[in-house]
Amino acid sequence: MAKLKSPGELEALRSSILKKRDPDKPCITVCNGTGCQAYGSKNIAAAFQEEVKRQNLAAKVDVKTIGCPGFCERGTLVVIKPKDIFYQRVRVKDVPEILSETIGKGNVINRLLYTDRTTNVKVTQEGEVPFYKRQMRLIIGNNGLIDPTSIDDYLAIGGYTALAKALKMTPEQIIDEVKKSGLRGRGGAGFPTGSKWETTRKAIGETKYVICNADEGDPGAFMDRSLVEGNPHSILEGMIIGAYAIGSHEGYIYIRNEYPMAVRHMRIAIEQAEACGLLGENILGSGFSFTIKIKRGGGAFVCGESTALMASLEGRVGEPRAKYIHTSEQGLWGKPSNLNNVETWANVPLIINKGADWYSRIGTEGSKGTKIFALVGNISNTGLVEVPMGTTLKEIVFDIGGGIPKGRKFKAVQTGGPSGGMIPESLLDLSVDFDELTRAGSMMGSGGMIVMDEKTCMVDMARYYTTFLEGESCGKCIPCREGLRQMKYILDGITEGRGKEGDIELLEELSATLIDASLCALGSTAPNPVMSTIRHFRNEYEAHIKEKKCPAGVCTFEAVKVK
Amino acid sequence: MVKLTINGRDIKADEGTTILYAARENNIYIPTLCSNEAVAPYGACRICLVEIKTARGRERLVTSCIYLVEEGLNVQTDTEKIRKIRRMLLELLLARCPDSEVVQDLTKKAGLEKTRFVEQTGNNKCILCANCARTCEEVVGVAAISLAKRGVEREMTTPFSEDFSEACIGCGSCSYSCPTGAISMEDKNRTRVIKWPHNTMEFKMKKCSVCGQYWAPEKQIEYIAKTSGTPLSDYDACPDCRE
Amino acid sequence: MAAKQLKEKVGQVLEKYQRDKSALIDILHDTQSEIGYLPKEALEEVGQGLGVPLSRVYSVATFFKAFSLKPRGRHLINVCLGTACHVRGADKVLEQMEKELGIKTGGNTPDLKFTLDTVNCVGACALGPMVIIGEDYHGEMTPEKVSEVLKNYN
Repeated sequence: MAKLKSPGELEALRSSILKKRDPDKPCITVCNGTGCQAYGSKNIAAAFQEEVKRQNLAAKVDVKTIGCPGFCERGTLVVIKPKDIFYQRVRVKDVPEILSETIGKGNVINRLLYTDRTTNVKVTQEGEVPFYKRQMRLIIGNNGLIDPTSIDDYLAIGGYTALAKALKMTPEQIIDEVKKSGLRGRGGAGFPTGSKWETTRKAIGETKYVICNADEGDPGAFMDRSLVEGNPHSILEGMIIGAYAIGSHEGYIYIRNEYPMAVRHMRIAIEQAEACGLLGENILGSGFSFTIKIKRGGGAFVCGESTALMASLEGRVGEPRAKYIHTSEQGLWGKPSNLNNVETWANVPLIINKGADWYSRIGTEGSKGTKIFALVGNISNTGLVEVPMGTTLKEIVFDIGGGIPKGRKFKAVQTGGPSGGMIPESLLDLSVDFDELTRAGSMMGSGGMIVMDEKTCMVDMARYYTTFLEGESCGKCIPCREGLRQMKYILDGITEGRGKEGDIELLEELSATLIDASLCALGSTAPNPVMSTIRHFRNEYEAHIKEKKCPAGVCTFEAVKVK
Repeated sequence: MVKLTINGRDIKADEGTTILYAARENNIYIPTLCSNEAVAPYGACRICLVEIKTARGRERLVTSCIYLVEEGLNVQTDTEKIRKIRRMLLELLLARCPDSEVVQDLTKKAGLEKTRFVEQTGNNKCILCANCARTCEEVVGVAAISLAKRGVEREMTTPFSEDFSEACIGCGSCSYSCPTGAISMEDKNRTRVIKWPHNTMEFKMKKCSVCGQYWAPEKQIEYIAKTSGTPLSDYDACPDCRE
Repeated sequence: MAAKQLKEKVGQVLEKYQRDKSALIDILHDTQSEIGYLPKEALEEVGQGLGVPLSRVYSVATFFKAFSLKPRGRHLINVCLGTACHVRGADKVLEQMEKELGIKTGGNTPDLKFTLDTVNCVGACALGPMVIIGEDYHGEMTPEKVSEVLKNYN
């Protein structure tokens, strides 16, 4: 492919790609995201390709593998375009029938359709599936339309139009637009993105860096995984626009090592973008040059913290440092650096294309746009949910998530991962909004939403998170390293029947120290799971300590048994 | 020059200095453990935390060893909140190193007799302040020891905790810089023995050609000769006899 | 692996990353893929080849969970202990694994067939509890399924 030397050439390429495509030709799209691969989707896609070849159907139907569209509960997902016939729980044995019945005769296979739980009616079209219908899938919706390893597919759906548009604007205009949109960081802290870009742009120094945080360390969160695996070009496009606005010529994408497919797909995307001249020297003839390198994480949750991530990029251990001087002024190698989360970058092309006015009409006063959540745990519809900010937790858990399976009762939902807090039933009317969630003692976090039913012990959950954090602490500062060590001892004791009077108070005292004295946010937010469970479920702690009983029936009290 | 207040006192300090430095210049005491003037500030022990209020009114807790002085900054070094935090940090540290006299002493000074927390066993006095590793890297330049592993497993050690390190020159700077005596150094007969928490090394000492004293490890002398580009023979006599 | 072969492999990895000191973590990943784990000699070669003190290479290799300084079994078992898998009973699966294999988490079976380790979320939460063996993802694991799944590996 020859390098595109102007926006005009980009459009010409796009037209030529679209011309070669027949929008009416049936296309079998098979989800090949990590989730569906665990269901055996690779075999299903291969089976389709083989059968199509064997039956000489290539002229009649295409087969395409796509990234994760989010309805992971029902994998492997197969959607037949252009009619959008939605088949779920597809297995290899279904392949011949799908070809002969649906492609061959135009018949729908009922047993593969989704059944609406409330009406018991079978749903044929993807857009009618209640799980998707109630979402606003501005970002993740594109996952269903493209093969993530094909830049042609990305161009066919309008990819890189935002870049072409942005290169005609001035950096100041772009930053203004992002500021006006109200976009706030999707990584957890919710810092206004436009402001961060502006600070980095204004910082002293010629060399500036633009970084994408794809470390996604919160266990149970996989929004970023699906975006990097399923639509890597959207992130690249966002980063190139950002780099142009900030005045940076070198970018890094830090991907967690536990996501090998994400690394592979992003590598392919970068190669393709470079081949097209969308990355590298003189992008689209604008005179702006920008390159991106991928670097892998080594398995450390703390490297999701910006200064630890940058230390890791420098080839050092992931030890955070004090942020009295912001990384926008002194970051990677001491240079001004703008770090944003995957989802934040993915929102940028949308904002440039549709404009800040359009974008800022979605969401709430303080939180604009949509947010993707990973709805997991004791929930009927496990998967990725994209909703406008302001949607209530109740809607997400019950209307979209389908409520709690096995006839059990909702107990709590954890947002914000190990840095977040438990939200009990009484607070389910809270809406997903940065400030509202923080006020309630939790936080938005990166988007992990773990639903727990009545058979979950809240003390055990506090112990789980504390154990996780103790293992992930870098060990540099005393409050986090020693504080979490001692908190874990206490929680282990309580769940094993060795809890004693005063344990809750000691946990609270330790929590206060971690919050005040920790060096970084890992330590200062580590008490949140403990504090929020004490706040909302103190009775469980007391039952464990005073009566040696676990109301949820989880803790086995080994210590008491041995006695 | 920057004007700020510390504990109500008006202080003037050069731009680019830390609160800790400014305080010390004005005889205001702020306790520290991981701070060492010879190396860059680390901010790990958190003992030097102070309460500040910026000129714009933002209140926060910061480590005085790292935070730079600002015009109009209001610093409090000994509030009830700070004392509580320090007490807790020392209580945690005492649980980590119950046998360390230095920690015991500091804890008593903070008004604590014992720790409520689970004590770690094994006569380990290392508080992981990393003074030793930082001195070895930043001052000596050989980086023979480092902090390995992470979290509660973190330890100060030579690579693979071997009783041998090619890089170590036996200078003992680590031992000097250690605030708790976790690294011991003893010159006995013709050998220097340095003991770290997880490994021990012995160094052959060089004999002075004049007075016969064993005055420094041979390895250290070789290193000095090499890096300064001077012949080894220049060091046949010890510093006292060289005049 | 013979010393000469090890040196060659490390050399190739260093060249791939143009002896960039900041690529240390990626270099250790690739070196570990080549050799199976990170023996002392490999860390020494990396340090020398990059001009980085051995103590720093050692610190980085021991800080990040992805690296193993000990030989590992033919099949690397990773039981996911992410939150979603935890609420679905992942620790009971891990317990059963330990029992079946007769080893503790982090260890190898004596015949070096299996290494048992844990991982904190691979993003396949719909199928939790997840167990990954090599490149195979085994979803909806229960303690009862452990023995069956392990039989598939030689």
